[in-house]
Amino acid sequence: MPALTLALLGAEGAAAPTFPVLSALILLPALGAALCAVLPKNRPDTVRQVAFLAAAATGVLSLWVMYHFDRSDAGFQFLEQKIWVRDFGIGWHLGVDGISLFLVVLTGLLFPLTIVAVTPEHEPKPYYAWLLLLQAGCMGVFVGLDLFAFFVFFEVVLVPMYFLIAGWGHGDSSKVALKFFLYTMLGSALMLVGILSLVTLHARASGGPVTFDLVTLAENQVLATTTARWIFLSFAAAFAIKVPLFPVHTWLPDAHTEAPTAGSVILAGVMLKLGTYGFIRFGLYLFPEATTYFAPLFLTLGVIGIIYGAIAATMQRDLKRLVAYSSVAHLGFIILGTFALNRQGLSGGILQMVNHGLSTGALFLLVGMIYERRHTRLISELNGLQKAAPILAGIFTVVMLSSIGLPGLNGFVGEYLTLLGAFASARWWGVVATAGVILAALYLLWAYQRVFHGAAQGAANEELAEINWREGLALAPLLAGIVFLGVYPKPMLNRIEPAVERLVAHLDANLGDDFVEVQGPAVERRGAEDLVHLAEEAEASAEAGGGHGDGAAGTEHEDGEG
Amino acid sequence: MVELVWLIPALPLAGFVVLVVAGRRLGEPAAGWLATLAVSGSFVAALITFAGLASRPAVERFYIQTLFEWIPVGNFSVDVGFLVDPLSMTMTLFVTGIAALIHLYSIGYMHGDADFSRFFVYLNLFVFSMLMLVLGDNLLLTFLGWEGVGACSYLLISFWFTNPANASAGKKAFVTNRVGDFGFMLAMFLLWTTIGSIRYADVLTTASSMAAVTATAVTLLLLVGAAGKSAQLPLFVWLPDAMAGPTPVSALIHAATMVTAGVYLLVRMNPVIAASYDWAPYVIAWVGALTALFAATAAVAQNDIKKVLAYSTISQLGYLFLAVGVGGYVPAIFHMVTHAFFKALLFLGSGSVIHGMHHEQDMRRYGGLYKLLPVTAATFIVGWLAIAGVPPFAGFWSKDEILAVAWNLPGAQGKVLWAIGLVTAILTAFYMSRQVFMTFFGRYRFGEPDAEEIAAGWDAKLAAAEAAASEADGSVEAARAEVETALASRSETEAALVAARAASDEAAAAAAAVPATELEAAQAALDAAGDDRKAKKEAQNRLKELEKPVKDADKAAKAATKAAEAVDKVTVSIGEAEARVEELVGAAASARSLVEQVRAEARAKKPTSSLVPLFSVADSSDVEDFLPAEVEHRRHHTPHESPALMTVPLLVLSIGAIGAGALNLPFASSTKFLEHWLEPSLFGHEVHLGLSGPHKVLLAVVAVLGGLIGILAAAQTYLRGAIRREGIEAPILAKAWGIDGAYAAVAGGPGTQGFEAVAAFDRRVVDGSVMGIGRLVAMVSALVRRAQTGLVRSYALGVTFGVVLLLVLFLTKATY
Repeated sequence: MPALTLALLGAEGAAAPTFPVLSALILLPALGAALCAVLPKNRPDTVRQVAFLAAAATGVLSLWVMYHFDRSDAGFQFLEQKIWVRDFGIGWHLGVDGISLFLVVLTGLLFPLTIVAVTPEHEPKPYYAWLLLLQAGCMGVFVGLDLFAFFVFFEVVLVPMYFLIAGWGHGDSSKVALKFFLYTMLGSALMLVGILSLVTLHARASGGPVTFDLVTLAENQVLATTTARWIFLSFAAAFAIKVPLFPVHTWLPDAHTEAPTAGSVILAGVMLKLGTYGFIRFGLYLFPEATTYFAPLFLTLGVIGIIYGAIAATMQRDLKRLVAYSSVAHLGFIILGTFALNRQGLSGGILQMVNHGLSTGALFLLVGMIYERRHTRLISELNGLQKAAPILAGIFTVVMLSSIGLPGLNGFVGEYLTLLGAFASARWWGVVATAGVILAALYLLWAYQRVFHGAAQGAANEELAEINWREGLALAPLLAGIVFLGVYPKPMLNRIEPAVERLVAHLDANLGDDFVEVQGPAVERRGAEDLVHLAEEAEASAEAGGGHGDGAAGTEHEDGEG
Repeated sequence: MVELVWLIPALPLAGFVVLVVAGRRLGEPAAGWLATLAVSGSFVAALITFAGLASRPAVERFYIQTLFEWIPVGNFSVDVGFLVDPLSMTMTLFVTGIAALIHLYSIGYMHGDADFSRFFVYLNLFVFSMLMLVLGDNLLLTFLGWEGVGACSYLLISFWFTNPANASAGKKAFVTNRVGDFGFMLAMFLLWTTIGSIRYADVLTTASSMAAVTATAVTLLLLVGAAGKSAQLPLFVWLPDAMAGPTPVSALIHAATMVTAGVYLLVRMNPVIAASYDWAPYVIAWVGALTALFAATAAVAQNDIKKVLAYSTISQLGYLFLAVGVGGYVPAIFHMVTHAFFKALLFLGSGSVIHGMHHEQDMRRYGGLYKLLPVTAATFIVGWLAIAGVPPFAGFWSKDEILAVAWNLPGAQGKVLWAIGLVTAILTAFYMSRQVFMTFFGRYRFGEPDAEEIAAGWDAKLAAAEAAASEADGSVEAARAEVETALASRSETEAALVAARAASDEAAAAAAAVPATELEAAQAALDAAGDDRKAKKEAQNRLKELEKPVKDADKAAKAATKAAEAVDKVTVSIGEAEARVEELVGAAASARSLVEQVRAEARAKKPTSSLVPLFSVADSSDVEDFLPAEVEHRRHHTPHESPALMTVPLLVLSIGAIGAGALNLPFASSTKFLEHWLEPSLFGHEVHLGLSGPHKVLLAVVAVLGGLIGILAAAQTYLRGAIRREGIEAPILAKAWGIDGAYAAVAGGPGTQGFEAVAAFDRRVVDGSVMGIGRLVAMVSALVRRAQTGLVRSYALGVTFGVVLLLVLFLTKATY
């Protein structure tokens, strides 16, 4: 396993690339989208192949980025910086660091897998075009280091998702698409105001030229504290809707439920991360003081999300809605870790973004497969499926256990780190959030019991088709990720941590004594010899005491300093 | 040789992986043999590691093997690594040893199961998880094993998933354990934030400098976790339900190994317990003592052979907590090992009985199986004597030590804890004897209907009589209706008779009215007509005309006679119908009286208690034809002894149940092998018995007497019938004091309602208000823009075009 990882995750200090790989990550799927749009309508297979190739090539490219990522470098890598609109200080500024790296890889891999796993029921041409455009947009958000470019990409992703839900969704999909759109547009509008104010006020305060450059804006903190807090809130509103946080989360279950499978997978796997990523990159980095100031608020919202999302998930009658509400809970952990403002919490949050992409992505694929076979997602209509489809059930079990946070699978590592981080810096939030792990077991196991256990009733349940090779092929990489990241998350954590450390240092630099990173004390690592020493001491004192104590439990009380 | 420790968990893991990939292809029995081989190999590796560890000087018996760094972030770091010391080695040896035997047994037990290989997939994964739990060199790796065994337990309890009860039991086990895991996780967080590490080497060596308040909090949080995994009050509810799993699972997971994990964890953390407030360990002791007593009372009233053992396990685990709480770590581990032997033996024995009895688990339907299942019976009896504390069987030695350390505790508390332990011991001997007597001794009852079935027979008989009575009532009604119809037709025919008579009278009158002279004249005219045709004809006509009324009168008279006959006939049939009604009414009355009779009989003879008569054959002759079909089924089934694959593990385990006491004999310091072996791992925190020799002997005698009292009482009750059972097997005990029922009521009632309320709140209030604002905005803008449809679609297109336009704009303005 370590050897494989080494090969996969690459050599240290790989040579800097000579071509603009991050631009390619955006342009490749965008070109694919254009190609899909112009291909003749009567050749759906060709469209599908082109779409897969474009998405897969992007995926390969993202792996290439991961391979060449220098883990000793805490800053942005693969930088591209071109002046775009000089008058407005807008630049084509792209870069990847440990925070965005794995989101880029996730975006690179989840799209081709989705294309393999599901085919649209009708009109493949626009479907694939929108899907690829979505990939381009997501990539743009994760690599963009210019507020203007970021905002454009942040908006761009809305459009294809809207059309995917409205065009290929189920049920009342156009109404749901409306809801999705209204919500996110509202957030975006606020953020746009925030961006423009930030840029102009920053220019005025610093006396420099107008710039949309994230790094410049972040590293040079000149805004008045109150101003920064207000602008932070405008950003936070957009991100909170995207995550989504209570109470602006209700678009999510609707959108997830009515969206086609691919839409749900991408929505949960990638698009929700735009919000949590935004909180880190454009919240913490851009507004260190405001983020710290408002941390208790967002910690609280995160904890509410964990408990409330889990309770709401328990009572859902629709399997897909249940998974959607579970996302509210899972994203709550990420928010909790982020606003714990320590390395454990932040790294755990970032790890959890990827973990959630893998396990909830897989869950949505599985629910989609069940829907394709049974044409219903109502839990009450499904029963005893394990009998007819044991492999499907087995895969569902593994993914479910990952989502529950079973140690040894990916979900646990992230969840544990976010809780650990929260416990250290915001103890009671951490305690309440930890109770959420009980609920996670409850709603998923109960759903599994109702859908897969029991005696199958009706021919449709009795004769459910087993998973096919194409579906297996799409799920296999996700399962591999689920197991690998649970057993050996170190390579990933090693790449995340320098960037997180830099972020914490950034907080420290800008807040001075107002900020202290809270984590457990650093200890000297002890070994077997220290245990031997302890045993020797015990033996010696027993001999000295003649081996006869007072008979009470714990005869060797050494009360601490209290 | 200790370097081989990684092989111990690696072999079951390899077995698991191979079986996941190729288990179905290997099929039965190859998959089972492969799994057994993997675990046996693990046992051998454990023996080699043990030899390596034992060859070192006592205090140097610590070895840490780090495989790789698992989760490193900032000041937090844990490895995947193993801590080998006397404590973990002891656990490893008995876990792998017993697991290997149970794997072997399972090849026989699961024979013919459609999911044979899946069973062994889970079983191997379980052993791997259990070994990670035991061998992990940090709390988080122990937690990995801890949750891993929980997941395997879930998968195995719901193994026969088509039965909803099994699926529910699996889920219940997992969720209840998660409640405990909440405590475990918080304990880890607290340790890390205070001492900066959750590695055992760091925690154990720095524990003595921990603040007492922190150590207490950690101890109590770990106790919450341990109470979940080891099924202590108040989190025990999942274990009785867990019996839904196949019996080898109950033996391995829910008796011998997994459920002892809580005790292991507490013993492992003994320096932290020692650093906490004085009262903290007593909390553990009280939880254990109360659980032990509570579960023993529940075990007394169970009828399911496995439920008795389940409550017994909870009770024995309570003993272990009691021991840990009073500082008796060695007795705790000692009893854990002996208990693993005899409880695994008892469970496997019960599995053998169930296997031989056509999956019947109700002890009321057993009895007299000694002759039919000789090996099972003999080994089960060994297990019984061991758990009942009869010397020199294993349980006697270990239980005696626990009672001694409880007594040893200064003050009244120690005496009370000891007394609770003694009462529990008496109850243990009692319910185990009850189980043995009901199963193997007494009359063979398998072919007999039991009380509940006879009651069902009476119900069926009464129902049949009632059906017959209502049928008779029905035919009475039908006959009455017939009489009614006949009566109606009689009045009809009578009316016809009156009419006919009137007509006849009229006709007669008409006939009489014809004057005789004219008739004569007509006759004369005819005679006179002679050959005159015309005149003859005329005369004839005239005569006919005159004679017609007479003929009519004759006809009418005949009709009247006929009508009179019809009336007579109807009258007769009415009589007959009335007679039939009378007859049927009689029959209905007798049918109803039969119902009353059956009801009275049922009242007298229908068994009111579910207690099965042990000393007389239940009289079922009255309801023979109404018994449930299963009875017939059982009558035709002959119980059989299990195959060697199952009896060999029974024999091996019974050797352990007899001899495991030799691990730690109290006669001299030199015979206390286990105590000396464990000493380094306990860092001097083991309590020192301040009792004199005779004092200890006296305690042992009291304990043995207690056990004998329990056995004798059971013999009086279940072998001789001298004590009535009604008072003992109380319904409240059968329901385990109703705790589980109360939980279920809360979860099903207010719990569900609360969750439902949150979901409704989300739907109506949260979504409603935000969408309300949205709709308002949409309405206003719709008015403003006079747009009727496709509002958002046009928004979306607008945004697309806007973005494209902006892009074009910027691209043309772009300067590089």
